Amino acid sequence: MTRTAQAGAPLTGRALADAKRRRTRKLAQGPFTPWLFLAPYLLLFIAFVVLPTLLGLWISLHQWDYTLPRQPFVGLENYAQLFDSDSLTSEPFWTSMRATFIFSIFSVPLLLVIPFAVALLMNQKFPGRNFFRAVYFAPYVLGVAVIGLLWRYLLDNNIGMVNYYLGRLGLPDDTAWTTTVPAAWVALIGVTVWWTLGFNAVIYLAALQDIPAELYEAAKVDGANGWQQFVNVTVPGMRPILAFVTMITIIASANMFGQSYIMTQGGPGRETRTAIFQIAETGLRNFKMGDAAAMSYVLTVFLIILSIFVFWIFRERRDKVVDNAAARKDF
Amino acid sequence: MTVTAETPQQVQSRERPKPGRGKRILRFIVLAIVALIFISPLIFMIVTSFKTRAEAAGIPPTWFPNPFSLQAYETIFNASGTPVLRWFANSILAAAANAVLVVITASLAAYPLARMNFRGKNLVFATIVATLFVPPVILIIPNYLIVGTLGWLNTLLAIVVPTAASAFGVFFMRQFFVSIPIELEEAALLDGTNRLQIFTKIVLPLAKPAMATLALLAFLTNWNDFLWPVYVLFSPDMQTLPAGLSTLQTANAVRYDLLMAGAVIASVPVLILFVFLQRFIIEGVSRSGVKG
Repeated sequence: MTRTAQAGAPLTGRALADAKRRRTRKLAQGPFTPWLFLAPYLLLFIAFVVLPTLLGLWISLHQWDYTLPRQPFVGLENYAQLFDSDSLTSEPFWTSMRATFIFSIFSVPLLLVIPFAVALLMNQKFPGRNFFRAVYFAPYVLGVAVIGLLWRYLLDNNIGMVNYYLGRLGLPDDTAWTTTVPAAWVALIGVTVWWTLGFNAVIYLAALQDIPAELYEAAKVDGANGWQQFVNVTVPGMRPILAFVTMITIIASANMFGQSYIMTQGGPGRETRTAIFQIAETGLRNFKMGDAAAMSYVLTVFLIILSIFVFWIFRERRDKVVDNAAARKDF
Repeated sequence: MTVTAETPQQVQSRERPKPGRGKRILRFIVLAIVALIFISPLIFMIVTSFKTRAEAAGIPPTWFPNPFSLQAYETIFNASGTPVLRWFANSILAAAANAVLVVITASLAAYPLARMNFRGKNLVFATIVATLFVPPVILIIPNYLIVGTLGWLNTLLAIVVPTAASAFGVFFMRQFFVSIPIELEEAALLDGTNRLQIFTKIVLPLAKPAMATLALLAFLTNWNDFLWPVYVLFSPDMQTLPAGLSTLQTANAVRYDLLMAGAVIASVPVLILFVFLQRFIIEGVSRSGVKG
């Protein structure tokens, strides 16, 4: 390890001027010190995040079968095949993209709105508030494998608790929740909302508590009622966090795998086999890695377009900038 | 509700004004019932794991096992094709190793990003943060190849090391380091302490709560990870619990007593952690959103 910023003379002059110039106070150090601190992480980061991102692109340009000795270069062939309806890879891929789309279009709005309502509720003072917060968060600490098995049991056609209690309520009690659509979608989306709503709620709640009380006070002085306070103080104050939660929820939905793998096995047929499920099966079961890599980049392009759209929706409007700056907690 | 009806204290408080006593009790009861229904699937999972095979498959569903039976646990502990205890050990080992690796590498990396000025710092930090938004799907195929090249397929290394490159961890620790007053470090530096000593003797002791929270979150994430272990671990002995549970399901299609016992075993460690450390877990997660 380099002995960098030693005490005494070398520190004072240049370093202090340096610190002043950058306004933030930083301590001085030698040129290698930061990189030595960063090295272990960067090694992992480059090997398992940066390198694979580029390697994936390279793989997608090859007919890359992991089990064969040669991986011939095919250019954009794999991509072309995905957009050629006569090819073998195209139909299963777009069916899986459709599945991911159906799942996301319902689960994302529900996972934005319901946790918000829960967070607003939890933002009030009442006895046992932390206990309730923990209850709503609890399913999230369990993994998707546990959640999937549990709900497969609860949603069983014949002996499941869900159909039993639906029957008791006088509703149809023979829905095949895991083997027919659209019931399977209701099941997958419902289970996912139940499982992860606590996660989003907790993030919302922290942001709600960061909105300065003075803003509500000022709104009240101006005669704003509860709804007006919500629209003019709460929502603008939550804008950055809403954008963040929207993004992570979209990414999580686009990654939906375990629920479908365990509860429906992608069925009936391939109806609920999501894009990532299809990519993993193509690349890691059938070892057509070139095709799978191309699919993952197509999915990613869709996600990038969607992110741009999300940021555009949540962009700061001029007249709201002041509110936001006040409401945001900077670090 | 009129503005004038509120006392100054209520206006000042961050919370909404309190409703009347009767309304509060009513609301508490409603909340309690909703919470009970919300959590009932988890209770039912635990209850079912103590039922006999017949009772678990019976209708109507029962909420108290009669008789109370450990049969399901005995069966899965003794099944040779599905070594649940081995999976349990694998999961503990992998999740603990991953948590340690995440905490060490993320803390080390976060410190210069919080406290040092150097060329390339903004680029490094921006790249790390940007990967928070990279969909993990583009990593699975190439990482399978990389892990294969390293000879790690079907070993625990495959699930310990690649996921340790935690962008969230760096972000999380950096946020914490920035919040520590810098004076202590400045004083130590003037006393002739070097940066590594400052980091290990002054900064890390202060960062214990943040490190514990990060370790906990990393442990939970690794413990629950599903897709990656399903594909990179193939022999029955090498599985983690979540990956193993899906094999258990294939092996015992509708033996729900066995499946629920397996699910409970996979849940017990995380539920225990959650019951005792839920404040850290929840606050850790909620802080992940404070990024304006």
